[in-house]
Amino acid sequence: MKLPAFDYACPATLAEAVALLAANGDAKAIAGGQSLVPMLAFRVAAPTLLVDLRKLPDLDRIDIDAAGVRLGALVRWRDILADARLERAHPLLVAAVRHVAHYQIRNRGTVGGSLAHADPAAELPGIAVACDAEIAVTGQAGARVIPAEAFFRGALATALAPDELITELRLPPWPVGRRFGFEEFALRRGDFALAAAAVFYDQDVNGRAGAPHVGVIGVGERPTRLASVEAVLNGARIDGEVIASAAAAAAAAVDPPDDIHASAAYRRALVGTMVERALLAAHNRHPA
Amino acid sequence: MRNTFIGAAIERREDLRFLRGRGQYVGDLAPNGLLHAVILRSAVAHGRIRAIDAAAALKIPGVHAVITAKDMPGGPPIIPMRLQPLPEFKPFEQPVIAADKVRYVGEPLAVVLADTAAIGEDALEAITVDIASLPAVTDRAGGESGDRLLFARAGSNVALRFRATRGDAAAAFAGAAYRRRERLRVQRHFGLTLEPRGVLAEWDSAQGRLRVFGAAKVPFFNRRILAAQIGLPEHAIDMIENDVGGGFGARGEFYPEDFLIPFAARHVGRPVKWIEDRRENLMAMNHAREAEADIEIACAADGTILGLRGQTFADMGAYMRTNGAVGARNVAQFMSGPYRIPAIDIETTLVMTNKTPVGTYRGPGRFEADFFRERLFDMAANELGIDRVEFRRRNLVAEGEMPYAIATIRPFEHQDELDSGDYRITLDRCLAECRWAEKVKLQGALIDGRYHGLALGCFIEGGAAGPKESARVALEDDGSIAVYMGSSAVGQGVETVFAQIAADALEVPIERIREVFHGSTGYVSDGYGAYHSRSVVMGGSALLDAAGKFRAALRAAAAKRLGCDEAAVKIADELVSAPDGRALPLKDFAGLAAEGAFLNKKHTYTYGAHAAHVAVDPKTGHVEIIDYVAVEDVGRIINPLTLNGQVIGSLVQGLGGVFLEHLIYDEHGQLLTGSLMDYRLPTASDFPNLRSIVLDMKPSPINPLGAKGAGEGGMIPAGGVIANAVANALAAFGVEPRELPLSPPRVWELLQGARMDDGE
Amino acid sequence: MTRFEVNGKAVEVAVEPRMTLADCLRDVLRLTGTHLGCEHGVCGACTVLVDGEAVRACLMLAVQAEGRRVTTVEGLSRDDALTPLQQAFRKHHALQCGFCTPGMITTAHALLTEEPDCDADRVREVLSGNICRCTGYIPIVEAVLEARGAYRGSGRAGSDGEGR
Repeated sequence: MKLPAFDYACPATLAEAVALLAANGDAKAIAGGQSLVPMLAFRVAAPTLLVDLRKLPDLDRIDIDAAGVRLGALVRWRDILADARLERAHPLLVAAVRHVAHYQIRNRGTVGGSLAHADPAAELPGIAVACDAEIAVTGQAGARVIPAEAFFRGALATALAPDELITELRLPPWPVGRRFGFEEFALRRGDFALAAAAVFYDQDVNGRAGAPHVGVIGVGERPTRLASVEAVLNGARIDGEVIASAAAAAAAAVDPPDDIHASAAYRRALVGTMVERALLAAHNRHPA
Repeated sequence: MRNTFIGAAIERREDLRFLRGRGQYVGDLAPNGLLHAVILRSAVAHGRIRAIDAAAALKIPGVHAVITAKDMPGGPPIIPMRLQPLPEFKPFEQPVIAADKVRYVGEPLAVVLADTAAIGEDALEAITVDIASLPAVTDRAGGESGDRLLFARAGSNVALRFRATRGDAAAAFAGAAYRRRERLRVQRHFGLTLEPRGVLAEWDSAQGRLRVFGAAKVPFFNRRILAAQIGLPEHAIDMIENDVGGGFGARGEFYPEDFLIPFAARHVGRPVKWIEDRRENLMAMNHAREAEADIEIACAADGTILGLRGQTFADMGAYMRTNGAVGARNVAQFMSGPYRIPAIDIETTLVMTNKTPVGTYRGPGRFEADFFRERLFDMAANELGIDRVEFRRRNLVAEGEMPYAIATIRPFEHQDELDSGDYRITLDRCLAECRWAEKVKLQGALIDGRYHGLALGCFIEGGAAGPKESARVALEDDGSIAVYMGSSAVGQGVETVFAQIAADALEVPIERIREVFHGSTGYVSDGYGAYHSRSVVMGGSALLDAAGKFRAALRAAAAKRLGCDEAAVKIADELVSAPDGRALPLKDFAGLAAEGAFLNKKHTYTYGAHAAHVAVDPKTGHVEIIDYVAVEDVGRIINPLTLNGQVIGSLVQGLGGVFLEHLIYDEHGQLLTGSLMDYRLPTASDFPNLRSIVLDMKPSPINPLGAKGAGEGGMIPAGGVIANAVANALAAFGVEPRELPLSPPRVWELLQGARMDDGE
Repeated sequence: MTRFEVNGKAVEVAVEPRMTLADCLRDVLRLTGTHLGCEHGVCGACTVLVDGEAVRACLMLAVQAEGRRVTTVEGLSRDDALTPLQQAFRKHHALQCGFCTPGMITTAHALLTEEPDCDADRVREVLSGNICRCTGYIPIVEAVLEARGAYRGSGRAGSDGEGR
């Protein structure tokens, strides 16, 4: 499974990188390579040019302030898990990243790579959608910001133009005391999720849930929020009955595929269970 | 014979190089002038080859040749069967390369020789292949229907039917108070080795000698086959065994590449190396285990088993491989396991399909048979209202009944018997270790959202297949000993285990055994190799014979030089001495050597019992193994460290087959599980709670070591035990697993199905 | 030309961009201790350390190693004795065919260097990215847990991937 031949460039600036992508229709960007290189090994992708992003400056920052959490495109999973601030600044992000792949992969895989690859069962795209994140990209036409909801178009398909590169993932600020849960089920630890749910809400002084967000992964072509489930939670006191209702709504809201690993019926039931368990975790969590 | 090193937990010599990354596997060899071979494989499961056009490929810089069947005058040689070579199988044997038809995705079509493997793979994309597709046979029904023949001349896709019989099954069933019939299935999976296969061949035209590296398992057999195919005398071929990254029954049999690569080396006059990649390995290394059973048990009202009868079906894939019939045959013959089943009538049908050919995988046929049998036992016991452990206990063959003849298999008539052992010992030990009496209160309990279940199963493991093994002991210049074995290393630690046996047989410190050489055809005159858990028994016993002959030869030579009687010579502490005190250092006899052998026609039977405690999450279908205990009596323990390693390693492979591993084909014969993301292997997180207890209570009567082969037993009962534990956990819902794997989605579906039957 | 460091020595290689770091180590630098079990980033047999971090060498291009410090299993070994980690593997029979072993050693070394107090669950989690077909993993986990002693406090077996 040797790789097919390609030309290779390692530009020093973002502008150079974008120009290379714009000039070469068959070019692909490579960062950690954890998703791209296996595709090359199986020869299901055969770009004529790889544009290595590793020298691009300032794309590996993690910035946390009142505006939220910003992760540079070259931030690795490892960097997220090592940044002690994030346990408090965005615990949902950290919880999800713990599930990503394996130890060695987490040392190389990047935020930008995961978002650009857009695997329907990947955790970060799911978190981005669940949290109403924005994705900053730069192309020949300049910089723009794409809401996560619009960024993921389908399985392995995004709104990126061929000459565009992701520069940053912007997550809204995370209030202290927010209730959240992240539940994933995979056939083995580190495998792609058969289904996963990321849920959060804020609890008001009367114990009612506000601004609920329910995002699911692995049950469709792209991660989505489930409005019908959020409606069940909105303004409700979260108890066993509400959770069961929400879980049932989740199962009803999705239309997962049948494949060699699991049937649609299984995935449908599984997403209900993931939402249920994530809500239980959120409910039982002590506020930070 | 001394027992200083035998039985001790000696740390392995092999580790010294493996831990440092200094192992030498065939992929690590890089002689000068090397060309890399890359194999073009069929992407079509069934079809007629119209044309293979390599013109564009040959133009790529760095591509030296593209070899096809057309380069083999007289047509491509056919690979004969090594085991059970029945005439009925001849029409189904595989040519080393496809000539007029392809019959499975992965079948070799051409061999590209290039400067690098990367260029070779580039060349594959430039070869155009014109195959007229034919409808593919992908299941038993398709195979049996005969409407799509793989081999026109054969007139059928059914290669053979074996039949295992004992006593009078018809009478036993006619008179039985209780009968239960079930259909059960085991899925296709295989003994994937972490090191993929590889062959390096060097042709010395001046000497007319062929050296082939990467041999494993049965190098001497393979040399015989290659010599006949390539037209060389055996002595002109050296098969060299390097370090081997796992065998498990799958690596080492004669595959197409074992001819193609040496042929290519001779064709171009340069060394040629082929290293399989993982995508190839999944479609080209022998598949295994795919079997169905439609079997029935007959019992008396008190649970005494009266008979077992029925049919099993084994999916053979597209060709009969060198050992393809073994699993199918074993399913029938060993269905009874360690149990007293007086009447047996089981017919096994071998069906050819357009899928990768099938060979042995650790515990071939036995894993399947135990799943079928133990499931039937639990169902019968439950229905009869008899305790599942008692049901087994009262039906185990007793020591007093041995030798106990098991079913006779025809054709290739082979009589086998259980010759030694007290099966209650391992059953009782297993019950004690897993705290069965206490744990059984948990069966069916719902705790923290999960249902708990327990199960237990007994098993035998056949080992020590003959007919022969050879060993040679030689004295080195410095007085140390070199040991040469016909046995093969596949990772099981033979260099250490044989050093232990040699040291005790020769009564020397273990450091004096300088090195143990194994596998390569240059080491002994007549070697056999590693299969059917035979290395300790066959190789070890041959080594005892060689050691005895060596000491006798040493004594004779010393007596001559010391001028005394042979019987009076004392051998101790690196000296040989005469009664009068005159002594000579051992190294004075450097070059002295003796070859020994052990001949054997019988099998050993390691036996044991496994028990499992599981917890099933009804919402995800996930099954966690809370505790799993494996107990076995191996007759004699040579190295407890390596032995327990075999048990746990085999068990985890077995659990991979129970839960995770599945080679899936679509209706066109396309292999859908084409990577390690799809073909899931167990990892360190999956099965942490396993325990192995090994005993040496009942030595084997058929070899001087008293040992029994024990490399496969860990996995043999795993399917039945786990499936029974899951059924036990979900008994309230009437869930009865009848198929493997028990992946979470499948367990969930079983539960849904059971609930729907109940109208929930 | 791509310049980097392997096991403490500077190297300079002229390789196609498509050559992986694993193939470069094995075929160009003749360090064959790093093994290829899958070439698509699942089995971990190719694990090496890059600036002390465990990575899958089959997923990294050799040209991407420019300026980095690479450590292979050979760099974590001594001629005269086994390291404490290797000794622990041997004692617990944490290897059989040896093919996964280099990847286990490099991964375990990286883990223990950063987390000498890791527990069994953490060890299993980290090693779940390394396939072994022979041992069933239990002895490997035991070996890594035993080796923790050598990585704690003054017994630290060196930073930056040099086992001593």
